[in-house]
Amino acid sequence: MRTANPLGRWALTAFTWLIAILFVFPLLWMVLTAFKQESDAYTDPPRLLFTPTLEQFAGILERGFLPYLGNSAFVTVVSTLLVLVLAVPAAYALSIAAVPATRDVLGFFLSTKMLPIVAAIIPLYVISQNIGLLDNVWALIVLYTGMNLPLAVWMLRSFFLEVPREMIEAGRIDGAPLPTLLYRVVLPVVAPGIAATALICVIFSWTEFFYAVNLTAAQAGTVPVFLVGFITSEGLYWAQLSAAALLASLPVMIIGWVAQNHLVRGLSMGAVK
Amino acid sequence: MSQSVLDAETPAVAPAPKQQSARSKAWLRRAPLLPALLFTILVTQIPFLVTVIYSFQSWNLVRPGSRHFVGLRNYVDVFADSQFRGAMLNTVVLTVVCVLVSMVLGLFLALLLDRKFIGRGVVRTLLITPFLILPAAGALLWKTTMFDPTYGLLNFALGTNTDWLAQYPLGAVMTQIVWQWTPFMMLLILAGLQGQSREVLEAASVDGAGRFRTFWSITLPQLTRYLQLAVLLGAIYIVNSFDAIFLMTQGGPGTASTNLPYYIYQRAFEGFDIGQSSAMGVIVVVLTLLVATFALRLMFRTFGLSEVK
Repeated sequence: MRTANPLGRWALTAFTWLIAILFVFPLLWMVLTAFKQESDAYTDPPRLLFTPTLEQFAGILERGFLPYLGNSAFVTVVSTLLVLVLAVPAAYALSIAAVPATRDVLGFFLSTKMLPIVAAIIPLYVISQNIGLLDNVWALIVLYTGMNLPLAVWMLRSFFLEVPREMIEAGRIDGAPLPTLLYRVVLPVVAPGIAATALICVIFSWTEFFYAVNLTAAQAGTVPVFLVGFITSEGLYWAQLSAAALLASLPVMIIGWVAQNHLVRGLSMGAVK
Repeated sequence: MSQSVLDAETPAVAPAPKQQSARSKAWLRRAPLLPALLFTILVTQIPFLVTVIYSFQSWNLVRPGSRHFVGLRNYVDVFADSQFRGAMLNTVVLTVVCVLVSMVLGLFLALLLDRKFIGRGVVRTLLITPFLILPAAGALLWKTTMFDPTYGLLNFALGTNTDWLAQYPLGAVMTQIVWQWTPFMMLLILAGLQGQSREVLEAASVDGAGRFRTFWSITLPQLTRYLQLAVLLGAIYIVNSFDAIFLMTQGGPGTASTNLPYYIYQRAFEGFDIGQSSAMGVIVVVLTLLVATFALRLMFRTFGLSEVK
């Protein structure tokens, strides 16, 4: 939008800021509430001024937040690494050294994203139970890898396609062996793409709720499962809930902010740059 | 991993006959792809096939030994179940409303962001944050600090005294989902806005086209593809909405805010009816596939376009 007169421009800027603050107000309120005493958290009218306290964060740790955080970190990191180990070669075989029927393979990967996960949860539960993987972090690792793999293949492929063909050809004519070619020519171009893909996978694994809540409990529960504990005690622990929500979301918030220029590409599976 | 990548390109120096070496070369070329492909088939297709098998059985986890083949019985029961039909209707309403509303809001925010102004980066960062926090956290925050009848900010701001979750359960859930997905739409549409050709826009303004006219006849047509993509990707995710319903309303009051994922979850994990919930799962997949084939085609078109660029 372009506005010629400066007054209009300022007004539009102020309006944009106002809208943005209104839109994220629930989150700003969460941050405020996280530093309140419970008695300041639910008052009528809502209280904007209060003596900040870290009590709620201590309270969460007492409720055993750390093991959940540890599970989330472990599941997220391991499944993301697994995704990369599987997806990088696959993306290579679907772009630079394209296999026959590349289109069909890509279509298959994409179609798995469209299967509603609710349709698979029952056998997954029964199978996990039978092989002793119920409430076990490895069940989530396998499932999150399967969940993110198609996205990673598509996204990485879009980065591989950006490697200039001439550079590969030139290297080949110079007689460079394939490892050198991959390391010197392909890797520098796709490395940022691999990093961006990893960050997107981290976001999706960290925030995943459905599998976590159905397949894990006290042992292997991830951060979203910890939050479920607050439904039963709603109304009484708003400040603590806000602190937990803030702590649980902070890692992905930061990652998302860092990766925001690649976010669109990840969300559209590489289709939009 | 890099080992298999190498193999794919190294000429196979097998002493075997020529034909066989060509075949093994083709397999070497596929080698880097196979682990990912096999893993995906194993993790995403096998469970679904098992769901299909379960859907032809009468099987309740509470009654061990009750498991037997019943043919299409579960499907007949499911279609006769008015709660299932209600959940289906809720799913359609929720998906259509959430996708459309978040797209319109996303377009609005993207238009605001598509110009230079002080603090643009900060505003953009703020606006994407609802998409980044845990959906579970967002749902619980809306349920308590926003929608609570006594202390919620919404009643305070509007001066009302409404029990939102009891009176408008589906609306409340949809509000949270729209809030969460608007940034997603905004980002996709913003990418589309910034991808439009500057020359055309300048030419339009030289020709004296007003801002509204330019938006209507130049920007919007160019955005169509991005909007379609946003709708389809958004729909794929929003159809599966579970977190908000589970945490905010538990599908209630009654079944007022129950969608298919939540209903299937209830039948499987609270009613332990494996056969019927599997049949519902199969029905959901079939319905989704109808939309998905359309989405797939669109992804290919969009992708083809960006490859040319």
